[in-house]
Amino acid sequence: MRASPLAYWIVLPLLVAVWSIAAWWIDSSLLPSPLAVFQTLQSAAVSGELQRHLAITLQRVAISFALAMALGTLIGLCMGRSPLTNALLDPLLVLLLNLPALVVIILLYVWFGLIEVAAVMAVVINKIPNVAVTMREGARSLDLRLEQMASVYRFSAWQRLTHVWMPQLFPYLMAATRGGLALIWKIVLVVELLGRSDGIGFQLHMAFQVFDVASLLAYSLAFIAVVQLIELTVLQPMERRASRWRSVGGGRHA
Amino acid sequence: MLDLRIVADAHPVLGAIETSVNEGDRICLLGPSGIGKTTLLNLIAGLDASQAAMDQRILKPLRIGYLFQEHRLLPWRTLRQNLMLVGVRAPDVTEILSRVGLEGCADLLPDQLSLGMARRAALARCLAVDPDLLLLDEPFASLDPDRAEELQSLIAALLDARPAMAMICVTHEMRDAHRLANRVWYLDGRPARLQYDAPLNRDDGDAARLVAGLRRLGRSCRLG
Repeated sequence: MRASPLAYWIVLPLLVAVWSIAAWWIDSSLLPSPLAVFQTLQSAAVSGELQRHLAITLQRVAISFALAMALGTLIGLCMGRSPLTNALLDPLLVLLLNLPALVVIILLYVWFGLIEVAAVMAVVINKIPNVAVTMREGARSLDLRLEQMASVYRFSAWQRLTHVWMPQLFPYLMAATRGGLALIWKIVLVVELLGRSDGIGFQLHMAFQVFDVASLLAYSLAFIAVVQLIELTVLQPMERRASRWRSVGGGRHA
Repeated sequence: MLDLRIVADAHPVLGAIETSVNEGDRICLLGPSGIGKTTLLNLIAGLDASQAAMDQRILKPLRIGYLFQEHRLLPWRTLRQNLMLVGVRAPDVTEILSRVGLEGCADLLPDQLSLGMARRAALARCLAVDPDLLLLDEPFASLDPDRAEELQSLIAALLDARPAMAMICVTHEMRDAHRLANRVWYLDGRPARLQYDAPLNRDDGDAARLVAGLRRLGRSCRLG
């Protein structure tokens, strides 16, 4: 459960206050005041730079997220349903899960060059194993009793998918989505930092080169704001909608 | 016209079984707990995973209504949606639910119903497919005596309205058998076989005596 929203209205202003005092005390460009950061943010927004880089980053996030979810779900469901597929792919999965994200990124850039496809592929490959593991759990948890019911009453493949499987897989899909976004946000920035010439990651890289802490913080804050916006406007309503049936009765299964 | 031959051999739980179910058969399936009564029902319903190990000859277009021990309605779909998923047309939902005494419940979710109501809703789904064969797995278990009596009358009435439909009902109460069945199967042994398969006599007495008698019978001459 989330903490009370009231806490946000106490803790966040407090944080800003502490930050202001610290910035005033230290009086260095290495710790700009909240006001300075806000001004940087504003000028980046006015010039359109902020929106441009944010849009490019969001686009990369969206594409790699969609690809990773689709492929990871497919692989995970196959592994959960078929012991043979699981036996074949499990070692690969363990390998990929333990391979540092940075290694995948560097290898793909080295092999394919500093191109967009390599960047997106690096993110996708980093994310697929997590999605697959979560969806494999989901596939294994499918209620056999409802499968039998669907067989007796001759459900079509489509009916099975939409009415029997999806509601059961939904919590796993949501878990994969949340974990997925959190991970992909971060990896996309690294990918941009290492090999792209646009996007938030690239801007952070530029700021790092000249120790421009104000820009660093400005871009981070803008980024956090967008992520939270997506969380509040897309993910949470989706979750509420799909789990409405759970709130009735005891949530007793089958 | 239903003429169902059930032949199983080399099944992991069930022994050699060979019998048939005909139109209008109302079979009461008795036997000790855990002997494989539900396994046999699943086999007949075509749900058995060990298909390779048996020879099951069933007329293909057989329509089956299966009342499982649990209601097995989709908990995230309303009764209306659950019924429509097995092919009920929207205007017929109310009528089908009213047949089992669930008027006005079409838009409830299964978990909003009591156990007895959920079982009746599941029964409504069984009948909605207009089955040739109705399988009931302990339909009266864990209901209080009044609810059980109510459901029994309901099933008896539904059976009377469909003379051609065959039924196989797992139960432990001879009272249920006398009311609903005209034939008895007794499943026992390791591996389990049909030790007894005969028309039901009115003077077979209560379940305990019948089962004890059947068990002696099974031990002495290995019927089936």
